[in-house]
Amino acid sequence: MRIFKRLITMLLAITLLSLTFVACHAKRKMEPFVMPEEFDTSREYEISFWAKNDTNMTQVGIYQKAIKDFEAIYPNVKVKLELYTNYADIYKDVINNVMTGTTPNVCITYPDHIATYMMGDNVVVPLDELLVDQKYGLGGDRIEFDSPALSEMVPEFMEECKIGETYYAIPYMRSTEACYINKTFVEKLGYTVPDVLTWDFIFEVSAAAMEKNEDGTFKVNGQDVLIPFIYKSTDNMMIQMLKQKGIDYSTQNGDILMFNDDTKNVLYTIAESASIKAFNTFARISYPANYLNAGQCIFAIDSTAGATWMGSNAPLLDISEDQLVQFETAVRIAPQYDVESPQMISQGPSICVFNKEDDQEVLASWIFAQFMLTNSVQISYAQTEGYVPVTLKAQNSAEYQDYLSREGENNDFYYDIKLKATKLLLDNTENTFVTPVFNGSMSLRNAAGELVEKVNLYARQGKKVDDAYFDSLFESVIINNKLDQRLGMSSKRDLGALPTTSVVLIAVVGAAWLVIGSCYVVGLIKEKKKK
Amino acid sequence: MKKIVILVLAAVLMLGLVACTQPANTNDPDAELNKKSEGVMTYAEYMAAAVDAEVVIEAYVQGNQSWWDNKITLYLQDLDGGYFAYEVACSETDAAKLTKGTKVKISGVKGDWKGEIEVMNGTIEILEGTWVAEATDVTAYLGTDELIKHQNKFVTIKDLTIAAITYKNGEPGDDIYVDFTKDGKTYSFCVERYLTGPETDVYKAFATLQVGDVVDIEGFLYWYDAANTHITAVVKK
Repeated sequence: MRIFKRLITMLLAITLLSLTFVACHAKRKMEPFVMPEEFDTSREYEISFWAKNDTNMTQVGIYQKAIKDFEAIYPNVKVKLELYTNYADIYKDVINNVMTGTTPNVCITYPDHIATYMMGDNVVVPLDELLVDQKYGLGGDRIEFDSPALSEMVPEFMEECKIGETYYAIPYMRSTEACYINKTFVEKLGYTVPDVLTWDFIFEVSAAAMEKNEDGTFKVNGQDVLIPFIYKSTDNMMIQMLKQKGIDYSTQNGDILMFNDDTKNVLYTIAESASIKAFNTFARISYPANYLNAGQCIFAIDSTAGATWMGSNAPLLDISEDQLVQFETAVRIAPQYDVESPQMISQGPSICVFNKEDDQEVLASWIFAQFMLTNSVQISYAQTEGYVPVTLKAQNSAEYQDYLSREGENNDFYYDIKLKATKLLLDNTENTFVTPVFNGSMSLRNAAGELVEKVNLYARQGKKVDDAYFDSLFESVIINNKLDQRLGMSSKRDLGALPTTSVVLIAVVGAAWLVIGSCYVVGLIKEKKKK
Repeated sequence: MKKIVILVLAAVLMLGLVACTQPANTNDPDAELNKKSEGVMTYAEYMAAAVDAEVVIEAYVQGNQSWWDNKITLYLQDLDGGYFAYEVACSETDAAKLTKGTKVKISGVKGDWKGEIEVMNGTIEILEGTWVAEATDVTAYLGTDELIKHQNKFVTIKDLTIAAITYKNGEPGDDIYVDFTKDGKTYSFCVERYLTGPETDVYKAFATLQVGDVVDIEGFLYWYDAANTHITAVVKK
């Protein structure tokens, strides 16, 4: 019996140890942030700030200057900057760090991303209370710099930072999409660039541009290469087309509505242009600006925040001088179905604050985040590209108004295409929209882009696009983006075998119970025999 | 006795004949390494395929960029040439199996990204077989039309003089852009952080190298308008 006891003890120990290991890998629950009465300036804080720049060293310099200026005001707070060149990398790293509880303090991000970060408990700090706090809120009386009041924020941009009814971010910069046009070629083809482009106009001119000379070169540019219409962000393309047509995309609560017959009809028009190779996408051929500047593209749709790369006189170029072609550039809002009621996507980075165990550290992070809304940061960063400041305080300042009035004074700081692109958004702020944010909204956005990409490729391969194709396309896109459960579809995917660690754990627990049971039975038998 | 000798000789003759009728390359290791399954393109067929065409290749993994979101980007090679497969659909479990030399079959679509010929939208199947490529010395081909024929291969380039070292964001962490000169021409290569991140020897090495240093490098002959080798090793001379 002693040997059984030892065995039981050993197995129980193994089982408990296994359970302990499992518990160690589980996430700790973070307590919600509680606003301190006062910011403790007697303490030292080090906060991390993960930011994105557009491979633009001026933007890097602005972040560095902002940190230096902030630290001069709050010498007890040290800000450690980590720079990224794209949002996807920030998202990837934040997700990895959410799992280990090592998120940054402050992060440039998109609300769609925040919705995913919130899969953990209290990971992202809700800002409702902080925004209006009398002492430390926007324009608060204990804030040591000239912070904008809540009423001085652009209301449309603030609204975009809500998830459900709660603010989880503050806007940092805003942009929209613009169509950068080789006006010279449009006119050469016998057309006039309208004030507001329509999708039909772009598809028609693009088709007309495909005419070739006998030697195989294109008539309009005399080159071997021409892709008249190139779209950078195909997710935006699909989303804007659906919105403008009044086609359902999703509900605020995350019900997915995009996969319907109206969407198919929109995709048919894209397929038609792709089938004659008049349309292509960034994902397949790289940056629209390179083709536009080389005289190989007529309509390049990209962010207003990419304006400094667009046009013959662009201050930033990614092609060699000998490839550059001289032409007149026009800038317009993204194409529309109804020119009387334009609708365009609002995009651009926001800032979120991550929760930590130390509420004072969170408050320091919030104060720094707020510093990014000051005029000096807002105006200088917006001027690096076709970005728009997110505060009315900055937009209406004499400094910014002077900047806007000097469009085209040179091909660098006052580059006309950059300022024209900026004004597109300033003039159309009330016409912007964003898609609902929920856990999974990023997957839906990816799915929207994938529809365009796949239809483009399929049509370019000369394959017949029909309803049957769309049915299979929808199914594959839904599965690829794991939207099947949200759509209430039964997933047919095989989840595969259990991981080895799980199998071992189950086996150990099972074996322990087996031995305990056996011992119990043996004990009973022995007891009976004694009796 | 004579009968036995005749029988033995006849048997030997038969064996000789049988041996002669075997395919000449049965024991040719190169042929075995380059053997393709049914429906798989040779390197020449792959290169001849049109952009956007569906392609199927079999090759050996020589390097990979970091796995993320069920996708992996691979540098591959067979005896005839190099391949680049961009963001192939791949589970994390399978990604862990893709060690250097692993033979894989990739089905996807041929793409051309600023001169870089690649397989896009690919799916992967791991096969039996391994082969690790020796670095091809392409030093003599720099600045010639011959160089592009070695696109995506694992290569070595010798006696390059460093002209500039620039970190993508102005400080270590992201890609490192390195300009080299040789014979009066400048070449812009890259330490790609998803291939060789800040923790790798090659990344650390560039922190100690200086303009004017003469080095030999190894890497994958990636293309971005021109040769843009993704450097995997550097040796100061």
